[in-house]
Amino acid sequence: MKVLSALVAVAVLVLIAAIGTGLAPLQYVFGVVVPYAAFAVFVAGFVYRVAKWAKSAVPYRIPTTCGQQKSLDWVKHSKLEAPHTTGQVVVRMLLEVFLFRSLFRNTRTNLEDDDDGGKKLVYTSSKWLWLGGITFHLAFFTIVLRHLRFFTEPVPFLVQSVEGVDGFFQMTLPALYQTDLVIVGALTYLFLRRLFDPKVRYISLANDYFPLLLILSIAATGILMRHVWRVDVVGIKELAMGLASFSPTVPDGIGTLFYIHLFLVSTLVAYFPFSKLMHLAGVFMSPTRNLPNNSREVHHVNPWNYDVKVHTYAEYEDEFREVMKAAELPVEKE
Amino acid sequence: MNKRGEMLTGLVIAVFLVLVLSPILYNFAVGNARSVPDLKPPPGGEKQCVESKEWMRGNHMQLLFDWRETVVREGNRTYRASDGKEYNMSLTSECLSCHTNKDEFCDQCHDYLKVKPYCWDCHIVPPKENA
Amino acid sequence: MAATPKPEELQQIDYTPPEKEWMEVPPSFKPGTWCYAGKPQILEYLGLPNPRKWSPADEDWKFPDNWKNTILEGIRERLLKFRSFHLFMDICVRCGACADKCHFYLGSGDPKNMPVLRAELLRSIYRREFTLTGKIFKKMAGGRELTEEVIKEWFSYFYQCTECRRCSVFCPYGIDTAEITMMGRELLHLIGMNTNWILEPAANCYRMGNHLGIQPHAFKDSLLGLVEDIEMETGIKVDPSFNRKGAEILFITPSADVFAMPAIFTMMGYMMLFHHLDLDVTFSTYASEGGNFGLFTSHEMQKRLNYKMYAEAKRLGVKWILGGECGHMWRVIHQYMGTHWDGCDELEVPVSPVTGTRFEHAKFTKMIHICEFTADLIKNNKLKLNPKRNDPYRVTFHDSCNPARGMGFFEEPRYVIENVANNFFEMPENTIREQTFCCGAGTGLNTDEFMEMRMRGGYPRASALKYVAGKHDVNLMATICAIDKATLDALVKYWIPEVEIGGVHELVGNALEMEGQNDRETNLRGEPLPVEPSESPPAAEGGEAGAEGGEA
Repeated sequence: MKVLSALVAVAVLVLIAAIGTGLAPLQYVFGVVVPYAAFAVFVAGFVYRVAKWAKSAVPYRIPTTCGQQKSLDWVKHSKLEAPHTTGQVVVRMLLEVFLFRSLFRNTRTNLEDDDDGGKKLVYTSSKWLWLGGITFHLAFFTIVLRHLRFFTEPVPFLVQSVEGVDGFFQMTLPALYQTDLVIVGALTYLFLRRLFDPKVRYISLANDYFPLLLILSIAATGILMRHVWRVDVVGIKELAMGLASFSPTVPDGIGTLFYIHLFLVSTLVAYFPFSKLMHLAGVFMSPTRNLPNNSREVHHVNPWNYDVKVHTYAEYEDEFREVMKAAELPVEKE
Repeated sequence: MNKRGEMLTGLVIAVFLVLVLSPILYNFAVGNARSVPDLKPPPGGEKQCVESKEWMRGNHMQLLFDWRETVVREGNRTYRASDGKEYNMSLTSECLSCHTNKDEFCDQCHDYLKVKPYCWDCHIVPPKENA
Repeated sequence: MAATPKPEELQQIDYTPPEKEWMEVPPSFKPGTWCYAGKPQILEYLGLPNPRKWSPADEDWKFPDNWKNTILEGIRERLLKFRSFHLFMDICVRCGACADKCHFYLGSGDPKNMPVLRAELLRSIYRREFTLTGKIFKKMAGGRELTEEVIKEWFSYFYQCTECRRCSVFCPYGIDTAEITMMGRELLHLIGMNTNWILEPAANCYRMGNHLGIQPHAFKDSLLGLVEDIEMETGIKVDPSFNRKGAEILFITPSADVFAMPAIFTMMGYMMLFHHLDLDVTFSTYASEGGNFGLFTSHEMQKRLNYKMYAEAKRLGVKWILGGECGHMWRVIHQYMGTHWDGCDELEVPVSPVTGTRFEHAKFTKMIHICEFTADLIKNNKLKLNPKRNDPYRVTFHDSCNPARGMGFFEEPRYVIENVANNFFEMPENTIREQTFCCGAGTGLNTDEFMEMRMRGGYPRASALKYVAGKHDVNLMATICAIDKATLDALVKYWIPEVEIGGVHELVGNALEMEGQNDRETNLRGEPLPVEPSESPPAAEGGEAGAEGGEA
């Protein structure tokens, strides 16, 4: 049901763009107005969300320690898993962001038969989710990076090199990008996993299927444009350059497929700030990861520290003075 | 919020803005947004390519790829176009006989899109007529 | 109280989720899976809202007027106060990595015990009421209405989470269900939905200084009872002091160490160590509780109960504070206490009077863990130890959740154990250190009426323990947490009766060679030690072998 509504949503988006530019002459709307609006929503929404999180306080220093604290000199400190300095935190964060270190730890738990007729829990390493996740993200990042050849003139060397490496195996003409294969493979895995792993299916919302299907459709339309129903790439760059330099033009003769692709991308970026995709920014701000484990050594200030009612020693002694005296416990007041 | 938190938030927002706005900033700073390839018709005045202009725009690479396979693997040099006309399948002696200037015709768009076709790994660029 | 199913039955765990979507499955209150409600007089004493007689098994929970508004305002306030909460409401992608990391899920198969779904119970309300997409798309965007059923569901599952943080280790964004559960419980407190097993100890602790409400004279008496026990086992009369001004060190440990089995043996170990070192240390009857059930109530209550530590240290004029073996106590001390009180300038950086070691890593909070203290002693060869007296024990070590994942406390206790016991075996790596499993009854769930869930939640720990018991004949699981000592005792009796539970400083006490001691023919539990320990060199004979000691 949820997956169906996500599928319908993507199909409707495709249809809107197809009708809008295939049957109706709305190229300017889909080529200029929508992308600008979507980009504006993306940038403003993203900054707004981060600023909103930032407004929330970090009252306590609560890193999740996954290794030995820094204590006595001769005890080997785990600098990455229980970072003590900002530098160590930065390294922990970099590994988290670029290598998905926490997810790499993933295990699978099975309830198996024991030798004596009972059961036992068995843990095995499980890296598929990590592999699917990291390949998807790296492929996505590379694809975004090489798309910059449409938005820059002259094309910076970095973008050229990324593209060169990505299309290194010239298996087809134009060269097939490895990232295209990887992203489709990874997204398919993530989607099927969500659909067929009973646990994950049970927790999934329409909002979990939707971005997967949306990005999969974006990749598919991109691949189709490059390898099957080819479009006028020079015209596309002209349009993209117009957008990136605030002098939009819509050249004639760009195929409908391109407008579908662009509309799906616009939807993705406009949807981004309102969705779980904001984990991109959120991961940097996670208090269990981005704080050093040094709260016994360094003062962490709580900006809204509670003023609480306490039970003082004087009140305590007042209540128990007699029994304390009888038990020969020292008292303040006789 | 403490100073550390402010710095972190600032950093996240700043890095984000720089990244997403980088193409725009780049084009303002060093870019040459206005330069769009401007293909001139062949100097010989030919009006008709082997296939339609629109089709050729998107698919010329596929055509050349197929030509190469046909010539090298099958030894067949004759291309029958969709309008029935026959052409000699040859990059240098057929295509370049009309599009005489590689710099102006091929390279303009390829440079614009940073496409690096490997045609010239083997083929020799004919001497330019008006060089 | 419900009869707990037999282990054979409990092991038949079905992980297949129900046909119906989770939002359609109502919470059930089967005996053994929930804790009794907070008593009205306790709530009144603590000044908590909506005191009344009620039970989770009732249809009518006696919600206060305007409760919905109270909850929504409570969420709004906490979103601003806690970035963790705000962020964790927003960024979960439901990848499911946390799903099979929770001991309650593994032991029950109930999908709402998957950390991700536990958080979704709250997130669904957050989305509906606080996000744009939720307001527009409602259920399509994963939102739902706040109803009485939702509150009951929260009560059920936020009291089936022990805030152990194991899920947080595996989450790619570090989402910590402990933070969510803390918020969930705080919200429930706003409308008076709480459990007595947490609030009564909190109230006792507030008034009398410790969870069980041991009054000052009884506290002293209990310890003097242990003094007699020590004298019986070792021939040495130790001499603890109470509320003594001018002492160098204030020692604070969970009150369970004072009277509860098997934690008292750990207390005997502490007292022997202090006596042997002639340490200038005092107990306090006012700050007579290391634990802090406020942590399981609200950040505010946590701070209220934590007040006594610094207050008493200042009143007595000690230089620094030494803390005993406790789990959640150390979460509070390590990650909260310094912040609550902006430090304590009256105290000094802890320096071991025996070795001169300055504990720089505790220079702000000025409180160190007894295992840090003892590890330093052993490293500097200040103790004479005879590990052979622990030879009847084949020891494994249970990392307690809070010191493990809220502090990074792994090597110090292991170093101590390895120096006081000859037979030490680790449980499988996915069940120890940062991946350790909860005892199944932390965060104030260690009550008898919750027994079925406790046995379920403790099953992963029991399963791992059973493995080493089978493989290495392990017969003692040592731990540095008073709740562990109590709950694991019940857990092993149920799942694996051949194993006993002990403390690290119990083992230290057994091994410690003291001047003027007797033949030490028994361990601290009064169990006779073999005259010729089978695993020792032939010459060794019981306690006397320890004379050469100092094997550290």
